Amino acid sequence: MSELPPPQTPGLVHAALVHDSAPLHVAGTALYVDDVPEPRGLLHLAFGQSREAHARIVSMDLAEVKAAPGVVAVFTAADIPGENNVAPVAHDDRLLAEDLVEFVGQPLFLVAASSVKAARKAARLGKIVYEPLPALTTIAQAREAGARIEPDQVMRRGDVDQALAEAPFRLQGRFELGGQEHFYLEGHVAMAVPGEDRTLHVLSSTQHPSEMQHLLAHLLKLRNADVTIEVRRMGGAFGGKETQAVLFAAAAALVAMKTGKPAKFRADRDDDMVLTGKRHDFATGFDVGFDQEGRILGLRYDLASRCGMSTDLSKAINDRAMFHADNCYYLPAVEIVSHRFKTHTVSNTAFRGFGGPQGMIAAERVMDTIAAHLNLDPLAVRQANFYGPGRDVTPYQMIVEDFVADRLVEELRITSRYDERRAAIAAFNRTHPYLRRGIALTPVKFGISFTTSFLNQAGALIHLYTDGSIHLNHGGTEMGQGLMIKVAQIVADVFGVPLSAVRIVATRTDKVPNTSATAASSGTDLNGMAAFEAAQILRGRLAELMAFEAGCEPEEVLFADGRVVAGDLDITFAELCSKAHMARVSLSATGFYATPKIHYDRASHTGRPFLYFSYGAAVSEVVIDTLTGESRTLRADLLADVGCSINPAIDLGQVEGGFIQGMGWLTTEELVYDAKGKLLTHAPSTYKIPTASDRPPILNVSLWQPGKNREPTIHRSKAVGEPPFMLAISVWSALTQAVAAAVGKPGAVPTLDAPATPERILAAIAAGKAAAS
Amino acid sequence: MSDQIRFLLDGQWETVGGIDPTTTVLDWLRQTKGRTGSKEGCAEGDCGACTVLVGSAEQGKLVWRAVNSCILFLPMLHGKALRTVESLGGEHPVQRAMVEHHGSQCGFCTPGIVMSLYGRSLGAAGTEGAKIEDVLAGNLCRCTGYGPILDAAKAVPVQADDDAALLAELQKQPHGGLRFSGWFSPATADELAGLLLEHPDARIVAGATDVGLWVTKQHRALPKIIYIGGIADLSAIEETEDGLTLGASVRYGDAHGALGRLHPDLGELVRRIGAVQVRNAGTIAGNIANGSPIGDMPPALIALGASITLRRGGERRVLALEDFFIDYGKQDRRPGEFVESVRIPRPRPDQIVRIVKLSKRFDSDISAVCGAVCLTLAKGRITAARIAFGGMAGIPKRAPAAEAALVGSFWGESSCEDAARALAEDFSPLTDVRGSAEYRLIAAGNILRRLWFEANGLGGTVLSAEAIDV
Repeated sequence: MSELPPPQTPGLVHAALVHDSAPLHVAGTALYVDDVPEPRGLLHLAFGQSREAHARIVSMDLAEVKAAPGVVAVFTAADIPGENNVAPVAHDDRLLAEDLVEFVGQPLFLVAASSVKAARKAARLGKIVYEPLPALTTIAQAREAGARIEPDQVMRRGDVDQALAEAPFRLQGRFELGGQEHFYLEGHVAMAVPGEDRTLHVLSSTQHPSEMQHLLAHLLKLRNADVTIEVRRMGGAFGGKETQAVLFAAAAALVAMKTGKPAKFRADRDDDMVLTGKRHDFATGFDVGFDQEGRILGLRYDLASRCGMSTDLSKAINDRAMFHADNCYYLPAVEIVSHRFKTHTVSNTAFRGFGGPQGMIAAERVMDTIAAHLNLDPLAVRQANFYGPGRDVTPYQMIVEDFVADRLVEELRITSRYDERRAAIAAFNRTHPYLRRGIALTPVKFGISFTTSFLNQAGALIHLYTDGSIHLNHGGTEMGQGLMIKVAQIVADVFGVPLSAVRIVATRTDKVPNTSATAASSGTDLNGMAAFEAAQILRGRLAELMAFEAGCEPEEVLFADGRVVAGDLDITFAELCSKAHMARVSLSATGFYATPKIHYDRASHTGRPFLYFSYGAAVSEVVIDTLTGESRTLRADLLADVGCSINPAIDLGQVEGGFIQGMGWLTTEELVYDAKGKLLTHAPSTYKIPTASDRPPILNVSLWQPGKNREPTIHRSKAVGEPPFMLAISVWSALTQAVAAAVGKPGAVPTLDAPATPERILAAIAAGKAAAS
Repeated sequence: MSDQIRFLLDGQWETVGGIDPTTTVLDWLRQTKGRTGSKEGCAEGDCGACTVLVGSAEQGKLVWRAVNSCILFLPMLHGKALRTVESLGGEHPVQRAMVEHHGSQCGFCTPGIVMSLYGRSLGAAGTEGAKIEDVLAGNLCRCTGYGPILDAAKAVPVQADDDAALLAELQKQPHGGLRFSGWFSPATADELAGLLLEHPDARIVAGATDVGLWVTKQHRALPKIIYIGGIADLSAIEETEDGLTLGASVRYGDAHGALGRLHPDLGELVRRIGAVQVRNAGTIAGNIANGSPIGDMPPALIALGASITLRRGGERRVLALEDFFIDYGKQDRRPGEFVESVRIPRPRPDQIVRIVKLSKRFDSDISAVCGAVCLTLAKGRITAARIAFGGMAGIPKRAPAAEAALVGSFWGESSCEDAARALAEDFSPLTDVRGSAEYRLIAAGNILRRLWFEANGLGGTVLSAEAIDV
């Protein structure tokens, strides 16, 4: 692929501009789905939900539901005209249960009422007779029963048995990692408005409008063209609205088509948390052989995840865990066995990092284990294992061509004074009666592209109007990550106009069709490039006209400062648009982009699934109380390689926000299910995401200045959405160090599980002491 | 006595009648007024996306309070002033600072954060002298990691508005009670006592931080509600050399300063109960009267030797606080009776007091264990001990075995160890989402073990620790 023209307008691309919606956010005038004025006769919806984790439905008596005040209609699976499916890949998620329920909270029937309250109250009145079946609710139970959503996947390179057998040192370890609730502040919501002649318009808070369109059409026996999905913005998503939004939109669409009335489903927070999938929890084992310097010779992983009751995106998520179990480290001989266990719990789904964090953290635990055993600085062990010349092949046979983690780590080691602080912490730990500190510097290497190759495509649609205003549309959705402003910066730059000339509008399936989810950190890479192409096409047309009038070559036409200059001609951009209209030149164009170079063979788990890697590094310092188990992150220094940033302010926001979210996953955020598979932490009263005071008092966040994508991405930028999440592994690793200091036995291997709640920290200290004695 | 709710919205009187009294302020704003700037993030007072400011005339001043509108019943606004994000117009310095510092990403929590910071800029209740992190503890943001928001907050000066006109308008409204559709807002304690004799089945509501959820989450019908938040003669805080007496309507936020003066640990405990919005609504007497096994105040107050006054009609009785809690969900409160006041003795110089809250998250979380200790010392010996724990039983409860282990012994590391071991006789805690029985017992014991280090300046907690500076 050839080099793109560089940005031409100062203060647009690479500038730290504020989020386009920020003035609306602060004024309360930014419209989310539930804020849009409600149409006449709107019905409000709620699900009747299963109380059993696994059962046959013997009977459903809904007479009381139907008779409840305000209830207009009640629907069951039998009312669905088309396919009763809201699942993206495997067609195994029902909108409404048929004869089987497979998790506590699964929707059984759908109530449409005149108010939200009436719908929710009535939904509790169903009389359901169940025939309970044995329920598998944990990884351990599913492993024992052999319940899987697909056969185990194995990725291997080299002879790991031999490498392990011959290694001078060999250790095994196991740890457990909790899941994570997305806790987007805006819960799931969708409003469906029936149009004329069996058409449907749906406002939804979704990352994946096209998939929603196709699923709704199928469910209602409509054609894709009959259904339009519109998304202006989401109040946070983080992967939780990639597939999960369909459930609510499908319910609203069903009611709208059945009753002819508009219908809105706004889930209560507790219901949202029960009804929708979360980050996969993992049980991870490893067997590692290494040498005196801590260099890995052979490594075998056993990665087990809880997928929940259906397939959802679990195959790709667990694949991504395998892709990241090397992190930044060369593994001469490796075998990664991945079990995707089926349980009778809500189907787990995409969440920022998409399995990557669960894979990467395993590599970091291996590093900490080796370092503990050899009594080395864990950073030295990490550096000894980095990819490098002659050590550049991943477990899936992709060559790492763009490795810079070593440079980031060295820079951060110096700027954060890692060595000095590590020594000072050791001294502190020798003297304090019960507080212990830990510090850790961990790197991140995150593969960029959807690993399902065909998804790496995007479209854009740009209209120019005769007043010079620009209507920008593309397939990407805005969830707060600043995609819209970045793409607008790219487009305004092409035309040499101020950003205010660009009207950012809702994402709609009738503008740009057949799009991929805004996911995998790919939003700007894909949509920015598609919009760039559309803008270039239009600019080409305008330049040709201008050149003709000025008697010069199109290449000589300059677009800058809202003006267009060629030869003696110097007119405003608006005048040129108007001129083009008079000259019957089309002022509308589409752009398209497909990521080059990538390919992947899932049968052998080999190929080049990623166009490039995003890198980062972080140092975190923590303190723990060995009596109460409480912990706190006191300082963190983050360094992220985002290439040549399109918008450094937006990117810094992603880095900091991602880190804090990752820290929450590994510390305070604990999902607790009871023995029967019921989620007990289904509200912010019991599920604790970080608050302002959990942010480390010292937090230094930087973008790596030399960063430049070696691949010709849009203006040489790199993806930023997910990679910073994994910078938080440094917090967990630092906690591991603090626990080791509390155990106080050199050579004791780490035992800390995640999330590192006070209880787990005390348990890890106790386990460490027991193992060492 | 009015049968209509009257309050000022942006300086204009709103008169609302004929509604379900448990209509929340948030629903009314969004559905009736079309003010959709305030968001519903959780409908249980934990996320702050619905934060609004409520102003009331108190002792000749207009006092603003940030509260969660999602669990605030509309009649609770009677006689008050209300401001929402729409009141600010979009160009307020707080709003400009939030834009300039990149303080919003998805924007959904932003209106609530703007309102909390707006409250701070006005010097609203609970914000004066507070760290910005504490002002924002009740506003969850999932996108930013908070840094840009803290930067925005720092950039905005604290400067009270000129509220004279609004105050004058509020004072014009004769403050009588409110009575309609099963809702009663008595204006005096005597009126309340009479109403409760007449309606012993009525639910008493003060801040609705608990009862609000019965409505938004459990959809419970509450046919009779007696609201005591507006009762002036139950709002007194009497601070003397001997101690503190708090009326039933005293909110956490109102008493925060006085409790901190009683003992710094008590101030710190209150800082970690809920967040500004919850402390601006919830009352200390309410936290006692609802009998929660995990309420944070009761163990602390029991250790300090607090008592409560219960009133029924004209009769009053005084009860040691620990005697009020009989069993899980069962308190010594008779029909028609209400908690009129709470009395907390001031710790003496010969007493060592320590109050410790353990939770998964420091701010706005419910304790796994809340422990409180008050030891009286004479010549190196412990002459009296009061130890109470929350989260360790179905009720907040004293630890007689641990106390016995201490009384009479020398104050030292080994007596703390003895007390810690004795806790196993005192408690058989439960396992729940906040912690296992094992953790609770170990951590409770370690709270006692830590006492000795702390008393000798060898202590510190993770909250007081700072990063290593080299």
